[in-house]
Amino acid sequence: MSLMSLIVPDRRADRQADRVVPPSGHTAWLTSFTAGAMAFLAVFALALSLAAGRLADRWSDALERTATVRLSAPEDQMQLQTDAVLAILSTTPGIATARAMTDAEQRALLEPWFGPDLPIDALPLPRLIELTETGSGYDGEGLRQRLAAEAPGAVLDDHTRWRRPLAVAAGRLRLLGLLSIGLIGTATAAMITLAASAALAANAQVVRVLRQVGARDAYIARAFVRRFTLRALTGAAAGTLVGMIGVALLPSTDTAGGFLTGLGFQGLSWLYPLVLPPLMAVVAFIATRAAAFRKLRELT
Amino acid sequence: MIAFDNVAYSYGGGELLSDISLRLTPGSFHFLTGPSGAGKSTFLKLCYGELLPSAGRISLFDREVRSLSRDDIALTRRRIGMVQQDCQFLDHLPLAANVALPLTVAGKTSTPQDLTDLLGWVGLGQLADAKPPALSGGERQRAALARAIIIGPDVVLADEPTGNLDWEMSLRLLTLLVELNRMGKTVLIATHDLNLIRQAKAQVAARVLRISKRRVQLAGADL
Ligand SMILES: Nc1ncnc2c1ncn2[C@@H]1O[C@H](COP(=O)(O)OP(=O)(O)O)[C@@H](O)[C@H]1O
Ligand SMILES: [Mg+2]
Repeated sequence: MSLMSLIVPDRRADRQADRVVPPSGHTAWLTSFTAGAMAFLAVFALALSLAAGRLADRWSDALERTATVRLSAPEDQMQLQTDAVLAILSTTPGIATARAMTDAEQRALLEPWFGPDLPIDALPLPRLIELTETGSGYDGEGLRQRLAAEAPGAVLDDHTRWRRPLAVAAGRLRLLGLLSIGLIGTATAAMITLAASAALAANAQVVRVLRQVGARDAYIARAFVRRFTLRALTGAAAGTLVGMIGVALLPSTDTAGGFLTGLGFQGLSWLYPLVLPPLMAVVAFIATRAAAFRKLRELT
Repeated sequence: MIAFDNVAYSYGGGELLSDISLRLTPGSFHFLTGPSGAGKSTFLKLCYGELLPSAGRISLFDREVRSLSRDDIALTRRRIGMVQQDCQFLDHLPLAANVALPLTVAGKTSTPQDLTDLLGWVGLGQLADAKPPALSGGERQRAALARAIIIGPDVVLADEPTGNLDWEMSLRLLTLLVELNRMGKTVLIATHDLNLIRQAKAQVAARVLRISKRRVQLAGADL
């Protein structure tokens, strides 16, 4: 009995095997509902772990490689100290590039907060020097000491201090999401096992008659397994669809860019949840098959 | 075909059947008789792999029952048609589908004509579409016989097949079984109906096995 032969429904023998088991009411509904609800939850767990993964990547990868030196100095010393800082940075191992931001760039950074009319020249603004590190990284504490000695107005702001725990948290969140998907799968298997065992127990007389007329266990099991697999598949398809619609209706990522709004699927990752219904069907297939053979050995 | 060697059986209490050795040879016709509770149904279940002996050996078609896997048992049952005392059916399927069930589960198909003929033969032609719960006891027994023989088994076992039938229908059923025997089937009928046995002896070389004092013995000619 292969999985494919169960899902491709137009086989005569399967249709006949289906008929020997009476149509059952509430276990059928229960299985579809369980698979649907679980697939629905799995869509969100998947969205969560994908979003957390994106965040973890972004925070730990792109941002962690940059840092800023903020230089405050009297107007007449500004250029001097800027040059000193750049000189220090260019000789610090582990720093790839360093560059002072232009006035225009600094204005662009401030504009969202203070508007375009900010008289930037009149303000005693610190000079920002942007640096990127190499893959091996630099010694933050050592750099801080050299800056303090040679350019007392310079402060190293390496975002890693506060960003690192966030990146770790995002990584954990992704793991939790994946763990949830695993738990959802296990719970689905457990519930479908229960429903299949109940269906077999409720049909003890049917099983007895079938054994009596020479039916093999595999034949009897197939009637149950096929039914439960198809129910899980349809239930999970419905649950996945509703879950995906739910995710699609979340506010768009672009508007505010916060964590919650980044929860949706992006681009090709919309294809991931489509794996859920077949996955649920496989889970149901394995669970029902195991339950059926175990129960059949008990029955006669 | 079916061979018992020093077989004993107990349901857990004392031994119900002890030290039974006998052979059902191909084409033979046997009755199994004895008082109610003597163990006739138990004996048939042993012949059929539903129960395993608590001591001794039972061979079905030259294979020891204990060595048979569950699949082997299933295949063996396609060669042994059994009419149980409490005939059970799939209540959600019409009679015709129930009678054809041994073919269905074996992956074979019956021609509708064969099925109609067989149902007519057991006098159930009108009831092909009826559901089993709507049948009388006698109708169920005839349906069970039809189901037992549809796949063309080598052996037919029947447990009190005339228990719910009037005399006329009993004779008809007996004639069916005798006819099957003439076609070469091995037949074993458990019954306490001595009239039926006498009637059969007029038609066929039937031998009578009697259970008494836990043993199965060949009865004399005094019946
Ligand atoms: N499943 C069972 N468990 C325990 N005792 C049983 C079981 N089936 C039958 N018996 C007992 O075994 C004895 C023989 O039963 P059975 O073979 O049905 O006799 P018969 O068919 O000759 O009337 C009876 O006393 C019955 O109560
Ligand atoms: Mg009996």
